[in-house]
Amino acid sequence: MPKVKFDTLESTCVPLPFENVDTDQIIPARFLSATSRQGFGDNLFRDWRYTKTGEKNSDFVLNNPDFTGKVLVAGKNFGSGSSREHAVWAIFDYGFRAVVSSFFADIFMNNALNNGLLPIVISDDLLKKLHALIQKNPDTKVKIDLEKQTFTIVSTGDSVNFGINPYKKECLLKGLDDIDFLLSMKSLITSYENNKSK
Amino acid sequence: MNAKTLFDKIWDSHVVRSIKDGPDVLYIDRHYIHEVTSPQAFNGLKERGIPVLRPGKTIATADHNIPTKDQHLAIRDLLSRNQVERLNENCQKYGIELFGLNHPKNGIVHVIGPELGYTLPGMTIVCGDSHTSTHGAFGTIAFGIGTSEVEMVLATQCILQPKPKSMRITLEGELHKGVTSKDIVMYIISRISASGATGYFVEYAGSAISSLSMESRMTICNMSIEMGARGGLIAPDETTFEYLGKIPSIPGIENLKSSVNEWKKLQDDPDAIFDKDLKFDAGLIKPMITYGTNPGMGMAIDDSIPLSDDNGNKASASFIKSLDYMGFKPGMKLLGHPIDYVFIGSCTNGRIEDFRAFAKIIKGRKKADNITALIVPGSKKVEEQMAAEGLIELYKSAGFEVRQPGCSSCLAMNEDKIPQGKYAVSTSNRNFEGRQGPGARTLLASPLTAAAAAITGRITDPREFITEEQKVKK
Repeated sequence: MPKVKFDTLESTCVPLPFENVDTDQIIPARFLSATSRQGFGDNLFRDWRYTKTGEKNSDFVLNNPDFTGKVLVAGKNFGSGSSREHAVWAIFDYGFRAVVSSFFADIFMNNALNNGLLPIVISDDLLKKLHALIQKNPDTKVKIDLEKQTFTIVSTGDSVNFGINPYKKECLLKGLDDIDFLLSMKSLITSYENNKSK
Repeated sequence: MNAKTLFDKIWDSHVVRSIKDGPDVLYIDRHYIHEVTSPQAFNGLKERGIPVLRPGKTIATADHNIPTKDQHLAIRDLLSRNQVERLNENCQKYGIELFGLNHPKNGIVHVIGPELGYTLPGMTIVCGDSHTSTHGAFGTIAFGIGTSEVEMVLATQCILQPKPKSMRITLEGELHKGVTSKDIVMYIISRISASGATGYFVEYAGSAISSLSMESRMTICNMSIEMGARGGLIAPDETTFEYLGKIPSIPGIENLKSSVNEWKKLQDDPDAIFDKDLKFDAGLIKPMITYGTNPGMGMAIDDSIPLSDDNGNKASASFIKSLDYMGFKPGMKLLGHPIDYVFIGSCTNGRIEDFRAFAKIIKGRKKADNITALIVPGSKKVEEQMAAEGLIELYKSAGFEVRQPGCSSCLAMNEDKIPQGKYAVSTSNRNFEGRQGPGARTLLASPLTAAAAAITGRITDPREFITEEQKVKK
């Protein structure tokens, strides 16, 4: 598990305004045969990004040079379906550091937090507004402050608080690792086992 | 003391430590692993230089990335072969029991776990696979995890997890003929949507659930994730104990009777309160089919595709995109629509009961010429049972070839792909774009509906065949 820190981020956005984008779209199963965590970004959104014959699909947002940035602005119920962490690895490897939606699937949310990719939940209304702003002006920037838990649209000044589990927040701010944390509790785990077997 | 749900009881008894404002440290009784989501976790252990804390609690199989033909030969795809070999090496190095490729008990992780007695009531179970919810049919807390969490469990036998909210879905009433547990769960998902249970752990209850076999219960719990739920469970009862009683030897259980007495306590307290309580009438359920690209886009097989996804308001861009992908139009009827492929198998419908159901309709008939069928047992044991019951012969004489076990066309990691633009009636769990191959169009359905389609070559109401049979009997 890589130790990734996250504190603040100001960036333009890449919009993907579809609902129910599942992890099979993020990274199709046929690209899951690798045994390391690296390189999945090349196949991020593979079947939307490339045509049947392997050429770049100019209609897809990742191939549109107008839209760049480290923040992926998605639609409702992002990351549903398969538990494959490869989906998060692909998004991170491509260069995104935060994903914004009004609703994330549970497993995707956990996987993102475990890899330093910050999932930010905002209201449906604000998400709609943000998508409209980005379409109108691809240079629209957002600012994320994890310590203060604020998400701000720079041009309009819209600023909201977002939720995050305090433990996970601390891990991201300090670059702490779950496994080190759990390993420090080994005696507690052993005594739990001993009690259970009595 | 507050009344507790069954979920609360199992969860609370597995909390090693509660972190203030944080997740719980949850102890895991059973960890299943497979070749696709484990290699990076083992790499992590190597980098840290630490062992697997409790290798005896992890069980491994190769299922996702293996061929379903000529399994005795080396896997042709080099990346796939490498992944399966890594699993073999890792299991050997860390002392983990492996039911790998060509093992006589090999099969899909969520099929072999229960059939070999590794899934037992009251357990906490995780696996790097979202369909781990299957095991909830035995009254367990079972859910899918990511690879970082697989590493966590290998290293510490624990996982950091926030406790989900609780939802009860009660189903009363009697099921009509031709309606299976697959239709039940597809009906529920179509009613509450593919994200209707996100953040919740579901308990299924009611007379229409308790009358089901273990295989049918597994199908329902399996698809909990398709409504967004963290998992789904069913309280253990006599059906559960009878199933377990038939397993020749259950690892770690010496006296089944005394275990059963303990397991009988795994029930909701009578006045337990759920965060959400939903009720459905089983009598209203018809054979179901999906028309879109998420499992929430389902309808009764004789229905028409809705005009919109928003109560008569303008259809969303996602809805239109989805129907375009499928080559369908709003308001269209699907009955009679020609199809190209039929797939029966997967952790959803790859058990013996499913192949018996399929056989019920194909018996004495012939596969339609326009259909390519993929018939894939969920495990070696299912394959053996099929042979013993004469089903493999029956399938052959109806023009179907039975493959070797694996996940196969459910996620199409191997060569069992549905070609671009082709329609497949599939007993699997996901109709996502490209799930069964790039451009493939998936229609989820029960084994009965798949069988009816395989015989006619078109989307067909399975009740046509069921009625016919009844008439013959009379």
